[in-house]
Amino acid sequence: MNNERENEMSETKTNSLASIAAARTPGTTAMGVGLEARSVHAWFGQKHVLSDISLDFYAGTVTALIGPSGCGKSTFIRILNRMHEFIPSAAMAGEVLLDGKDVYRAGVDVTKIRLGIGMVFQKPNPFPSMTIKENVLSGLKLAQIKINNADELLEDCLVRAGLWSEVKDRLDQYGGTLSGGQQQRLCIARSLAVKPQVLLMDEPCSALDPGSTLRIEETIRDLSKTMTIVIVTHNMQQAARVSDYTGFFLSDGGPGELVEAAPTSHIFSNPKDKRTEDYVTGRFG
Amino acid sequence: MSTLTDNMPKEPLVPNKLSTPKPIKPWKATPKQLLPDFLGAIVAVVTSLVVVAFSPMAGILGFILTFIVISIITAASISGIRQDRKAAANSVSTMVIYFLAAFVLLPVVSIIFEIIRKGAPGLSFGIFFDDMSVTASDAPLSEGGLLHALVGSLYVVVLATIVSIPIGILTALYLTEVKGRAAGTVRFFVQAMSGVPSIVAGLFIYAVWMISLGGTYTTAAGSLALAILMIPTVARTAEEVLKLIPTDLREAGLALGATQWKTVALVVIPAARSGLITAVILGTARVAGETAPLLLTIGGNDAMNWNPLSGNNSALPFYVWKNFGLGTETGADRAWTGIFVLMVVVMIFFSIARVLGNKKG
Repeated sequence: MNNERENEMSETKTNSLASIAAARTPGTTAMGVGLEARSVHAWFGQKHVLSDISLDFYAGTVTALIGPSGCGKSTFIRILNRMHEFIPSAAMAGEVLLDGKDVYRAGVDVTKIRLGIGMVFQKPNPFPSMTIKENVLSGLKLAQIKINNADELLEDCLVRAGLWSEVKDRLDQYGGTLSGGQQQRLCIARSLAVKPQVLLMDEPCSALDPGSTLRIEETIRDLSKTMTIVIVTHNMQQAARVSDYTGFFLSDGGPGELVEAAPTSHIFSNPKDKRTEDYVTGRFG
Repeated sequence: MSTLTDNMPKEPLVPNKLSTPKPIKPWKATPKQLLPDFLGAIVAVVTSLVVVAFSPMAGILGFILTFIVISIITAASISGIRQDRKAAANSVSTMVIYFLAAFVLLPVVSIIFEIIRKGAPGLSFGIFFDDMSVTASDAPLSEGGLLHALVGSLYVVVLATIVSIPIGILTALYLTEVKGRAAGTVRFFVQAMSGVPSIVAGLFIYAVWMISLGGTYTTAAGSLALAILMIPTVARTAEEVLKLIPTDLREAGLALGATQWKTVALVVIPAARSGLITAVILGTARVAGETAPLLLTIGGNDAMNWNPLSGNNSALPFYVWKNFGLGTETGADRAWTGIFVLMVVVMIFFSIARVLGNKKG
């Protein structure tokens, strides 16, 4: 009896998620592969945390990475822009191809890689000593890039991050005076200013209220027209709403694996793997 | 484009768990990549030697100065050629930081080396079991010992620590947790006290203990003088450490219905334990080598005195001071040995404190 009801409920849930996802038709905006992961493994010390992840991220699309906590999603996206190596015990194997070239190849300038693959973190982290304007343009200063039309770029980035109308009259106030959702959009604007090809987002909305989350999701949809976006999320609705492709990660106590990756509508309507179905219908995780 | 198979996980070539590749760290420079840097270092050394040989820059100092300038230029050129100007600027700042670090290490290493060189010959098993009560100032090093000074030093430092830890840490708790009305004033006086010359602390105890209260030289008086120096150091460091504990932790404790006292005792202090131990170590380091306040308070002694509450006593810094003052050759040797022993004792103390501080739970 109870079981039946549960099944019913989960079915409704699946259907609604699938219908949300179906509204997104993947492929129409695809412009080729932006970023490719090839047989990526990761270790912390002796612990094998990611096993054999191969995944393509198409330019002009949003790829959502879902899965329970501790399955290696964050580790995976940190490998994509070489942030993984900041952890002393970290090691990896495999290749990450940006424009067909491995970002881990010998002699590569790692600062240029991170310039091309931007990142937005879980917690909004605007630089506290900088004003809103300085925050947005900070990437240029840090990477020692000179431009002539700073004000144009500032407006462009803030407009694309969906923050311009809210802050255009107080660009000289400090970033810390903004609300959490605004701070996160400021961080997105900051990442955009250096014109990355790829934007990685590690649970960008987990610290935000639903309103701010919706604003950021709109921002992500807009941004995806021109760049490759990878977003880690714990929120199934968010993955359904915002992404074109979805990858499901899972760890059965061992290293995290990519169970299934497919267009988002497939993941939420008829996943190939039983485990994916269980996860997206909320039976575990 | 949007076919399912396109984006499916690629099947591994050998679907076998045993085919896991070897973990590598591609971000670590390989020996081949380090070769230019290595060659650059050799070039810098050789060029410096040549410059020193054919120019007015002479001697070790000349070589060091030339070497610093040339190696910075070499490093910048190598990165500039291999990458770009940004990398060159990065190399210059890296090299400058390395050299500045070397300059900081130089005096430390030099002092330690000199102490070992001059102090070690006077070391023998016997000096830890004998005092100087029946040894003449020019007697050979095999006679006499520094047991009395070692015991005296342990007494003053341990007693000063026992007095300072509660006062210092409670002061810090007052400043960070209680945030009482007088916090500003207390903080001002603590800061002012940490700048007090050590002889003033000795004079203060001398004035209060000997002159006003009519006391005599004792080990306890010496430890009180040291405590005056130690309290502000402990309090200031502990305050900084406690300030780093996030407010969330305090609120989490209070939200469980705990009193402020219980929150501080069971949440804040354990979280700050490692830092508080550092505060105590810094305080001990401040006083362990102090001589001036002891001159006015413990009176000096060549014989053992096991009673810290009465009678003159010696301490290692005092022993060093006295033996240098004797003007004999063996006196100077004994002084160096005293410094050596003092250094080792302080290091043992610090290592124990570090181990205790790092232990979890």
